[in-house]
Parts: sequence; C-alpha cells; structure tokens
Amino acid sequence: MRLPVQLLLGALLFGLFLAAALLSLVWTPHAVTQLDIAAKLALPGHGHPLGTDHLGRDMVSMLMAGARTSIAVALLAVGIGIALGVPLGLTAAARRGSLLDEIIMRGNDLIFAFPSLVIAILITAVFGPSAVNAILAIGIFNVPVFARVARGAALTIWPREFILAARVAGKGRARISAEHILPNIASLLVVQGTIQFSMGILAEAGLSYVGLGAQPPTPSWGRMLADAQTFIYANPRLAVLPGLAIVLTVLGLNLMGDGLRDFLDPRLRRAVR
Amino acid sequence: MIGIERLSVVLGGVPVLRDVSLAIPPGRTLGLVGESGSGKSMTAFSVMRLLPQGARVTGEITLESRSLASLSERQMCAVRGAEIGMIFQEPMTALNPVRTIGDQVAETLLVHGAATRSEAQGVARERLARVGLSPDRFPLDRYPHELSGGQRQRVCIALAIALRPKLLIADEPTTALDVTTQAQILALLRELVREEGMSCLFITHDLAVVAEMADEIAVMQAGGVVEQGPTGTVLREKRHPYTRALFEASGHQPARTTRVEDAPLLEVRGAVRDYALKRVRFFGPRPAFRAVDGVSFALRRGESLGLVGESGCGKSTLTRAILGLEPLQGGEIRLDGAPVSPDMPPELRRRMQVVFQDPYGSFNPRHRVSRLLTEPFHLTGQPPDLDNRIAEALENVGLTASDAEKFPHEFSGGQRQRIAIARALIARPELIVLDEAVSALDVRVRAQILDLLADLQARFALSYLFIAHDLSVVRSVTDRVMVMRVGRIVEEGETEAVFSAPQDGYTRALLKAAPVLPAA
Amino acid sequence: MLRYAATRLISLTLSLVAASLVIFAVVEVIPGDPAAYMLGLNAAPEAVAALREDLGLSGGLVERYLTWAGGMLTGDFGTSYTYRVPVADLVAARLWISLPLALYALALSTLLALPVGMLAAARRGRVTDYGIMGFTQLGIAVPNFWFAMLLVVLLAITYPIFPAGGFPGWDAGILPALRALTLPAVALALPQASILARVMRSALIETLSQDYIRTARAKGLTEGQAIRNHGMRNALIPVLTIIGLQFSFLLAGAIIIEKVFFLPGLGLLIFQGITQRDLVVVESVVMLLVFAVILVTFLVDLAYALVDPRLRHAR
Repeated sequence: MRLPVQLLLGALLFGLFLAAALLSLVWTPHAVTQLDIAAKLALPGHGHPLGTDHLGRDMVSMLMAGARTSIAVALLAVGIGIALGVPLGLTAAARRGSLLDEIIMRGNDLIFAFPSLVIAILITAVFGPSAVNAILAIGIFNVPVFARVARGAALTIWPREFILAARVAGKGRARISAEHILPNIASLLVVQGTIQFSMGILAEAGLSYVGLGAQPPTPSWGRMLADAQTFIYANPRLAVLPGLAIVLTVLGLNLMGDGLRDFLDPRLRRAVR
Repeated sequence: MIGIERLSVVLGGVPVLRDVSLAIPPGRTLGLVGESGSGKSMTAFSVMRLLPQGARVTGEITLESRSLASLSERQMCAVRGAEIGMIFQEPMTALNPVRTIGDQVAETLLVHGAATRSEAQGVARERLARVGLSPDRFPLDRYPHELSGGQRQRVCIALAIALRPKLLIADEPTTALDVTTQAQILALLRELVREEGMSCLFITHDLAVVAEMADEIAVMQAGGVVEQGPTGTVLREKRHPYTRALFEASGHQPARTTRVEDAPLLEVRGAVRDYALKRVRFFGPRPAFRAVDGVSFALRRGESLGLVGESGCGKSTLTRAILGLEPLQGGEIRLDGAPVSPDMPPELRRRMQVVFQDPYGSFNPRHRVSRLLTEPFHLTGQPPDLDNRIAEALENVGLTASDAEKFPHEFSGGQRQRIAIARALIARPELIVLDEAVSALDVRVRAQILDLLADLQARFALSYLFIAHDLSVVRSVTDRVMVMRVGRIVEEGETEAVFSAPQDGYTRALLKAAPVLPAA
Repeated sequence: MLRYAATRLISLTLSLVAASLVIFAVVEVIPGDPAAYMLGLNAAPEAVAALREDLGLSGGLVERYLTWAGGMLTGDFGTSYTYRVPVADLVAARLWISLPLALYALALSTLLALPVGMLAAARRGRVTDYGIMGFTQLGIAVPNFWFAMLLVVLLAITYPIFPAGGFPGWDAGILPALRALTLPAVALALPQASILARVMRSALIETLSQDYIRTARAKGLTEGQAIRNHGMRNALIPVLTIIGLQFSFLLAGAIIIEKVFFLPGLGLLIFQGITQRDLVVVESVVMLLVFAVILVTFLVDLAYALVDPRLRHAR
C-alpha cells in the first residue's frame, strides 16, 4: 500500500513548521524579546537571513516563535474539540432520538450560531485578550464540529449487525461506543482533526491580527501582519513572510488531511486495489 | 429481435464474460439465471454499453439487424431508452427523489425528441396508467417518496417502455420487493411483453421466478452460458451439472431429526411494542406506531419455529424484543420461565443467541475471528479453555481452528455466515434466533448452511426461531410456522398443515403469490 | 410547506431566545458587577453606583434580562457608556457596511464557486480538474485579511484601480460604495469560494454514482444531460448547507477585514467596545451578529424545502 503523494508532501510542509516551532522552545537565532531599534527594518543579510522588523527583531526568530504560538493554540483547540465533542457525539448517537440527543444537538446548533470570532469577542470582552482565551474560543467552536461528525459517523455504524450482535452479547451502549464505534470512526475523526487544526491556525491568525489573540511580547503570525500593515508599501517583506508561513502551514495540514482520507478510507482503498 | 454473438468482456484484466451468445425474438422472454458474480448483469450492461470505464468488449450485439457495437456513444444514447429500455433491482433508489414521476417518465420522450412538452405529459399519463398507476390516484406531480416500492418499480417500468422499445432488460426487478408485490410486477411484465411485442431479457437468481416468466432459459456460471433452451426442457432435463446443482439447491430439503419436548422454552404473551413517531405539531404529543400488537406464542424445547411476513409486518421489531434489546409496552416474554428484558441477567442472555442476515455487516471489520467469536463471553467471563472453545466452535461449523487468526474479509459470504453461527454456538445456547440468516446467500451456499443448521440442531438439542420472508425455505426447515401481518400473528400451525391448507385469507394470498419451482 | 416553514420559524425563535440567554449570561452575569468591570479597578465607588443606576443593574437578573431582550425587540439597544448615544444609532450606521460586505462576498463566492465546481466535476480526473483542485487547495490556505493586504498593494497602491480603504457612504451613490467594498469582498470571497467549489465538485461526483443517474443513462441521456437534469438539484442539498455556514464565516471575516480597509463597520465598533470595556455595545452587536446568522440558517432551511420535496411533504 503506497502512501498518497499528498500525504507525504503535506507532512513535509507541516513538519518543517512544526520542527521550527519545537526548536524555538530551546533556541532561536536571536531573542524575540530583544529590540534593536538601530537595526530596524534591516534587509536580509548581516546575521538576519530574512532581515528585521520595525522594532529590529530578527524575522527568522519571530517566524519560528510565531509558529509555536499558532500551532500550540490550534492544537489545543482541536484537543478541546475532540475531548468534549466526540463523547457528546457518541452519546447522542447511542441515544438517538432521545431527549439527551435532542439537547446535545440543539446545543450544537446554538454554538454554530456564534462564529468563532464572536465567541472570542464575548470571551475577551469579559476576560480580556490572551492566547488562552483564543484557545478557548476556537476550542468551543470545534466542539460542535466534532460532535456532529462523531454522531453522524456513529449513526451509520449503529444499525450494522455487528453492533446488534454486541448488544445481544449484553454489552452496554457506552462499552459498544468505545469498543466498536470509536475505532470504526477514528479515521474520520483524524481527518476532521487535521481540517480543524488548519482552520484553527487561520482563526488564531485572524484573532491576533485584530488583537484578540496572543498579546505582546509573545510573537504570533497574525500580530506580525497587523504590525506590518503600516509599512506594507515600503517593506512588503514584513507582510509577505508571515502570510506565507500561514499559507504553507495550512496548505501542509490540508494536504495531509486529504492524503489521510485517501489512505484511511477503506472504500477508496478497495477501489485502488 | 436482439442477438448477442460470442460476447466477451475483460474488466481490469479479468475476464468477466466469455463467449456469451443469446437471441430473443419479439414477444418472447429470455430468463438469464445464475448465482451472484456469474455475469448476468454484466451481460445486460454490455448490451446497454454502460460498462465501467476500461472494460474491453469483443463480439457482436445486433438489434433488428443493426450492430450496436459499432455505434458511437452519441448514437448509442439515441438507442438507449428508445429501442432498449431497462429496469433495475432497487426501485427505492432508481428514481430521482427531487423530480416528479410525471417528469421522469416524460423525460424519456423529451430526450429523444419524440414529443413536445405537453404531448409528453399526455403520454406519461397514459404510460403510467398502462403500468397500473391510474391518473386519479397517481397524478403526474407525485414524487417518488410518496410511493411504495412496488409503485416505484411500476414508474421505472413506465419510463422504460415509454417509447415502446424493442428490447426490455429487467435486472432482478422483483428481488427487492415483497412476494405479493413481486407477483403483481411479474404479471405486469408478462402482459407488457406479450401485448407490446417486446423482446425481454429477464435477469434473476431465482429459478422459481424464471420458471414463471421465461420462454427460454440461459444458465450462466462464471461468465459463460452453460446451458440454454426452452424453459420446460431446461428445467426438465437439466443437462448441465451446474443447472442440476442449482435446481437441487433451490428446493433443498435438509435431513432433519427433531426431538420436540412439550415444555415451552420461549413464551411470548400479549407482546406490544410501540414506537414514538415524529411530532406532527411542534409542541404536540408524539404519535405512536404500534409495530407489534398483542403477539402471543410459545416455542417448545427442540423445536424449529418459523416466523414469516412481508417487510414492515413487525417481525424485526418482535425479534429485537425477544432478544431483550428493546422493552415491551405491554405483555411479556419469558425464556425458560425467566423474564426477558433489556436488563435481563447475563446468564439468561447467554442461553439465547442470534445469527443475522448480512454476512458482511455482522462483524466488526477490525477484529480477528478469535475476538469476534468470544464476544458472547462478555456475559459470563472467559472460560479457562478459551482456545479450545474457539477451535471447537469453528470445527463445529465446518471451519478450521487456524481460521481464528484471520479477519472477516478473508472469508466468503457463506464462510462468514458459518462464523456467525460459530459465534452463536460458542456460548452453548439453548435457543438460536435465525433472523433472515440465509436470505443473502446464493442457493447452493444456502443449502449447505441449512444442512449445517439441521445437523447442529440434532447434535446440540437446539431450538430455532427461524425468521424469514422466503416461504419455501421456511417450509423446508421448520416444524411449526407463524404468519405475521401488521403487527399480529394471523395464522399459526404445523408447517405442513399451514402450507397445504392455509386457513387465513392473507396466508392464502401469500402462498398463492410465491413463485413455485416446478417439481423435478 | 407552510407547516415546515412554521416549525422552522418556531425553531428560529427558540434559537434566538437561547442565544440571547447565553450572551446575557456571559456579559452580565460572569463578570459579577458589570459596572465595576467597565470602570476598571480604580473607579470611585460613587461612579460605579451611578453607572449601575444608568445601566439599570439594580434590578434582579430576570428583570434585567427581560428589559434588555424586550429593548432589543423594540429596537432599543441601550445607551453606549463611552459614546453616550443610543447603541441602536451606532449600530445602524455601521451595519450597512458590514452586512452588505458579507452579502457581496457571499454572492461573489457562490457565483464563482458553483460553475468552477461543476467544471471540475465534469472534467474529473483530467488536467482541468487537477488545476482547479490545486488552485482551490491554495485558496483555502490563504488568510483572507492577508490576501486583502496583497490586493491593496497590487490594486490600490501599485495600480490604483480601487480605493485602498475608507468608505464614502451609500449617500455618495451605489457605485462608489460598491467600489470601496469590492476589494474587501474579493478578499473574503476567495477562500470561501475555494471551499464551496470543492464541495460542489464532490457533491456532483457523489450523485453520479447514484442509481437514478443509471436510470437516466438507460433512458438515453448523455452523461452531461444526466448531470444537468438529475445530478445538479441533488448536489445542491449539501452545497446549500455550506453556503449557510459560509455566511457566518463571512460575517466574522468582514469584521476582521474592515481593519485592513479602515471601513467604519461593526468590527471597528466592537473592537473599540472591547478596549473601552463598553459591555452594552459588545452585547448588542454580538446579539445582532448571532441574529443574522440564525436568520440565514432559517433561510437556508427554507431553500432546502424548495430543492427537496421530501422536506416539503414531511410532517
């Protein structure tokens, strides 16, 4: 069984930024908190391969640290979505048509009425802007997504006869959900996870761009873009670089998601064989 | 007159049809029979030139002395629907759900430029009336979802014959229908072929159906025609061993030795099962649908009891209640005196096991056979001699101990059904519920499974509750039979007595509708 | 159909009530004393008390909620604490930028995506399809506000075809106003159009494997005719769902992108509201946004029923 090209390409792209993010935990070429006004807006070269920003900070270091923020926020938000959404979706499916199912699904609809940005606005209006609140806002938005996917997929598994057989064997709904349903929908959840991951990166960038995400001095791609806007005509480099970083990371994740779906979907796999 | 000469098809490097030659004169029906994968449908799609991409076709297909093989795709589009009509197995999905039936019939005329829009409406009305959907009860603006399966199949027939084609291909047109509906559709097709002077290629796996329908029979096996001739002759002489095997398997009578005790094992008294439906109004009460309405019966130890009925009669609902998966709204179910319910004790559950219809759907595709088989031990805890029990169960159903390490997809349909039986056996139950357990199998495999079930019943003193829609199978393997209709048991008695002298009007209609294989 | 619309309308009302409760709870209950929160740590107790009086915080929670929700219904959104003017006036002026922007983008996205998706489906597995799929893959990955910046550099500064920012107002005429909204709308529409085109493509391809397409082919329709006459309307059902969801994304996106173009829309208002802790403004604008999303969901539900007769007749 060959790995799809998309999966490899996507993993390579995303892996590059993930590695940069991890590396930034222990080392960056320059400290990102180190301002050097004298060296502001320096062009690439002289110990700054991609130049410096308007405060003289090294762009490579800023991009590395920004990757860390973006990836951490999006990953934790996916974690919240899976940790809350999947059990909710599985429960709703196991109790299909019951009051509990109804409550869970109506609750989902309610959250869907709040775009992720609006959730962030509400949270920051009350608790103030921070990276943690960005994680919460995106995470809350992810919950109904995973709940719906999990419920929808689980509902196609429940009527299968092997589930009936497990029920005849006396297994309870919770146990069947964990033992039979979850493994059979896991690949779908992994694919959805990469999609939400990439959407999380975009959402984090948007939130920090409008000042609702990570606060200075924590570097983030969205904030770099907001800062660059003032200098965009004279120094387009400052806006292009973080933007490209976002595009490539998201592209990598999406390619991975598509590749994973092709790889994991048994229907497609059978078609290939 | 349609002629097929030495038709061969290779699909993805695999030959799927080999040297098929057939001819059907106008007004005559050719029955194409064989088991799944024998190439019946592939023959039909070759004639329609609707094979999957990459299929390589050789041979000659002629319609009224015109060769179809040499036509371009555009010319072929003009032939399809106008000169060749086709109907399919699954009427529930064969129609576009978002367009009216009148539209879909009229479209056949419009796409061939055979009528103006308003004329097409008129023809559609007339053709729908022709297939038994009168305009007053079935106006053109009905949507498919407002029709039953049999009515939808009539719409499919109407749009296939809208332009009075020279050839009608019917690919298992009644397999998805209930037996009484099947009888009506078959009668309609016979009448249409005769009166419209069409040639008809009738594809089926069911020998009894083809015996009623066809003037000629062609028997297919592994992509080739093994025997062909007038229906009477083929069924009487059965020259080819494969024909003989099919014929014998279709009417197979397993050798059964049963020791029925008087004590009842399973008792159902006044069982009622209601389902809540969707609310009609937003805050209104949910209306209820009574799926099982006061059913009472007893199954004696060592007995095989049949339960027959058409789809929607409530037999599946009753089955789930008997298995203790769903609660009753009235009455009670007892297994050996102990009450059956969703929270019955594990030991009671162990004594009653089940085998389902679908050999593909009844296993978790991610588990090995060993794990699949031991699922019932969830109830009682794993026995110390687990591996022996697995090996024993597999050998009891004609498999080998080494099969335990395989995954379900490594087995054929019949083998999977054996695994399902092994899973039921491993808990050493007293009652096995067979829920359409042989319905999805080809006739020869079905005969083997029925033999296996009879053998196991004798060896382990099992009782069977045999649920099926196929009357002939029920007749061959049960001691007593119950007929169910809209939630009630309308007739119950010794199997032979019910089949030879049915008392209830519905039972009589059911038996009359069932196609019968002519005696050898 | 009427019954279906009525049930959807009831469900819309219930969603609105639930959403307003959530917003009220987050903004007015969780902070404890909103007046103290809005004035900050160093506020004089008298000022806090006065503001509390101003905001009508003296009543019980239920009473306050009913006053607020009732006010919203009659168009009274309260008085902004920072601007000292009715929030309704503040919102009204800005709504007519954000809402048209979101709708403009939605129209662009839909008009662009559906034909492109159909083309890709019709040419599936060929070069055109791969080209479209690659392009949309990239389009999804582009943050709309970054794309907006690039558009400004290219089409407003380097080649000054469109204004780089600001809004002349609808009084200046429809065309100048639309011109000012074009770059933001294009920037918003591109990523969404990429998603929608992919959905359209896969929905169409999905319908191609349906039995009714086989029936249509057996009737003598060419593959193209079968797609047009039978695939399209069925494919629209999943596409409608995505269009509904996109409105919510576009509205949020509009708020962000206003910052790139210095458009005086709801975004500017709400971010000022946040910095100045003007909870009355935040609460009202959020409720308004949620109302818009729920309303569009309702419209999409009605559109479903137009496409799918099974819904019209159900219930």
